[in-house]
Amino acid sequence: MKLPIVENSGSNSESGSCQPSRCGSGTAATPLPADIQERVANHPCFSEQAHHYFARMHVAVAPACNIQCNYCNRKYDCSNESRPGVVSEVLTPAQAVKKVKAVAAEIPQMSVLGIAGPGDPLANPERTFETFRRLSEETPDIKLCVSTNGLNLPASVDELCKHNIDHVTVTINCLDPQIGARIYPWIFWDHQRLRGVEAARILIEQQQKGLEMLVERGILVKVNTVLIPGINDQHIPELSRVIREKGAFLHNVMPIISDPSHGTYFGLTGQREPTAAQLQEVQESCAGDMKMMRHCRQCRADAVGLLGEDRGEEFTLEKIDTMEIDYPAAMEKRARVHEEILAGLEQDQNPTDTGVTDGRAVQMAVATKGQSLINQHFGHATEFLVYEASPEGVRLVGHRRVPRPYCEGGSSCGEDAEAIMSAIIEQLAGCEVLLCSKVGFEPWTALEAAGIQPDGEHALEPIEEAVKSVYQQMMTREPVELPATERQSA
Amino acid sequence: MAYEITDKCVKCTACELVCPNAAISETATVFVIDPGICTECADAYPEAQCSSICPIEGAIVDELGDPINPPGSLTGIISLATA
Ligand code: SF4
Ligand code: SF4
Ligand code: SF4
Repeated sequence: MKLPIVENSGSNSESGSCQPSRCGSGTAATPLPADIQERVANHPCFSEQAHHYFARMHVAVAPACNIQCNYCNRKYDCSNESRPGVVSEVLTPAQAVKKVKAVAAEIPQMSVLGIAGPGDPLANPERTFETFRRLSEETPDIKLCVSTNGLNLPASVDELCKHNIDHVTVTINCLDPQIGARIYPWIFWDHQRLRGVEAARILIEQQQKGLEMLVERGILVKVNTVLIPGINDQHIPELSRVIREKGAFLHNVMPIISDPSHGTYFGLTGQREPTAAQLQEVQESCAGDMKMMRHCRQCRADAVGLLGEDRGEEFTLEKIDTMEIDYPAAMEKRARVHEEILAGLEQDQNPTDTGVTDGRAVQMAVATKGQSLINQHFGHATEFLVYEASPEGVRLVGHRRVPRPYCEGGSSCGEDAEAIMSAIIEQLAGCEVLLCSKVGFEPWTALEAAGIQPDGEHALEPIEEAVKSVYQQMMTREPVELPATERQSA
Repeated sequence: MAYEITDKCVKCTACELVCPNAAISETATVFVIDPGICTECADAYPEAQCSSICPIEGAIVDELGDPINPPGSLTGIISLATA
C-alpha cells in the first residue's frame, strides 16, 4: 500500500504554538465537560491516552452503501472509516455477535465495538441494529459505536437512541455543495439516484441535521474529514469551526489515500495525497479549542485489537468455532482489567511538562507495541508514533506508517533492506530522534546519516517521560551552539 | 419485463434492500433477480430501484443485456470501465 510521501517539514516552530491543553485529551485550560471526559476515558478511538491501553474491534455486517465517494471503490470496504483497498468478510448479525463475544473473552482490554462497513451501516439498518440490539443484551459492558456518511442519519437517530449507542462518527468532508459535487458523484435518495450539486446539497443537509439531532439527544459525535488537497483543504478550518459550534466533540482529519491501484476515481485521475506535513498543518489550523485526534489509524472494517494492530486473523469464524469460552468469567475479567487501566490513566492526566522554558519544538518518532512504553524493536515496527516536545509540553502529534517493517519476519533482515530503510526514513522526515527498544547497527548508521538520532537507551520506559528527558538534554546542549531563531532560518 | 444481474455484481446487498417486490436474492456468487417477480418497478416508482442504487457499472442489465448503468456513468471512470 502506498503512503503519502513525506516532505521534510523543516522547522516546526509555528506548529509548536499549539497549547498542549488543547491538543491532549481534555486537561488543564480547556477541559472537556466532566461527563464527556468520563465517557471518552476508555474509548480507544477518542482518547489519546486510552488508545494505548484499550482495544477495539469492528465487525463488517453492513455491505450496502447509499452514496458514492470519489475516493472509494465499492469493490472494497468503505474508505471513510477503513483503509482503502481492503475487503472484509461480511458477517451476519449472529456471526458478528459470536465473534465479538469470543474476542472480548480473549482480549480483556476490549472496550469498544464499532460497525463501520464495509458499506454504510445506516444503509443496512436491519443488520446493523440487530447486531447492536443483541450486543446490548449479551455484552452490556462493551461500548457500541457506529460510523456513517450521514445520509440516513436523521432517519436513524431514534433507533440509535434505543440501543443506547453513545458514540457516532459522521464523515463530513465539506459544507459547500459545490465542493461536495467534486467529492460525491451521486447519492440514492427518495427512491432516485441524484447527482451533482443537488445530491451534495442533500447529503450535506442530512449530515448537519443528523449532527444536531445527535447532540440534542446527548450522543457523542466525532466528525471525520478526508483531507483532499486542492478540493477541501482550504475549507476544512471553516468546517471545523461549524461542527464544533454544533457540538461535535472531536474532529479527525485524515489523509486521502489515492493509490491508482485501488481503482478509485481520485486514484485514477491523479488526485494527490497530502504529505504528512500538510496534514499536520491542516490539523493545527483547525485545532482551536476542539480536540483533534492524532492517533487515528484508519482501521479496516473488521479490525481487532489495539489501535494500530490487527489481530483479526486470530478470530476467523472457523477458529472461533473451536474456542471454548466461559462468557460470565470473561466479563468479570474484563471489568477487572478495565478498572486497572482506568486507575493507571487517572494518575496520568496532566500533559508532561518538559521543564524547558525556552526552545524550539522537536519531533521524535517512537516504536511502541502499546502500554505507552517504548517497547518495540526498530526492525519490527510497522508504524511510529510521532511526539512533539516543546516548552508547552509533550504531546502526540501523529503517526507514520511504514510500507514494510525493516525486519520482516524472522531474524535475518530482507535483501532489499536498503530500499526499505530509505522508505522508512522518508516517512520519518521531520523527526530528529527515534526512540525504540533496540536498533541494529546498519539501520542505526542509516538513521544517523539521515539526521535522525536513534536511541535505544530508554527501552521499556514510559514514552512521554523518555521524550521529555531526551528533549531536556537536547535543549541544554543547543543554545550554546546556536540561538534557536538562527537555527530555524538556517 | 425484467432486469438481470451480471457477474460484475460485488454482492453489496443494496439492490435487495430497496427492491419493492422482493425479487432479488443472494446466490453463492452474485445476486439474482427472479424474472417472474421483477416488474422493472413500473408499478411502484418512476425509476427501477435496484439499478438506481447499484454502485457497479454493468452489474444490472435490461432484457436485451444492455447495462442500465453503462461504463463511466457512476464513477466517471471511462477508460478502465471497458477493460
Ligand atoms: S460512504 Fe463509504 S462505502 Fe459509501 S462510497 Fe463513501 S467511502 Fe465508499
Ligand atoms: S427492477 Fe425493481 S422490481 Fe425489478 S428487481 Fe429491480 S428493484 Fe426489484
Ligand atoms: S446493488 Fe449491484 S453490486 Fe450490489 S448486490 Fe445488487 S447487483 Fe450486486
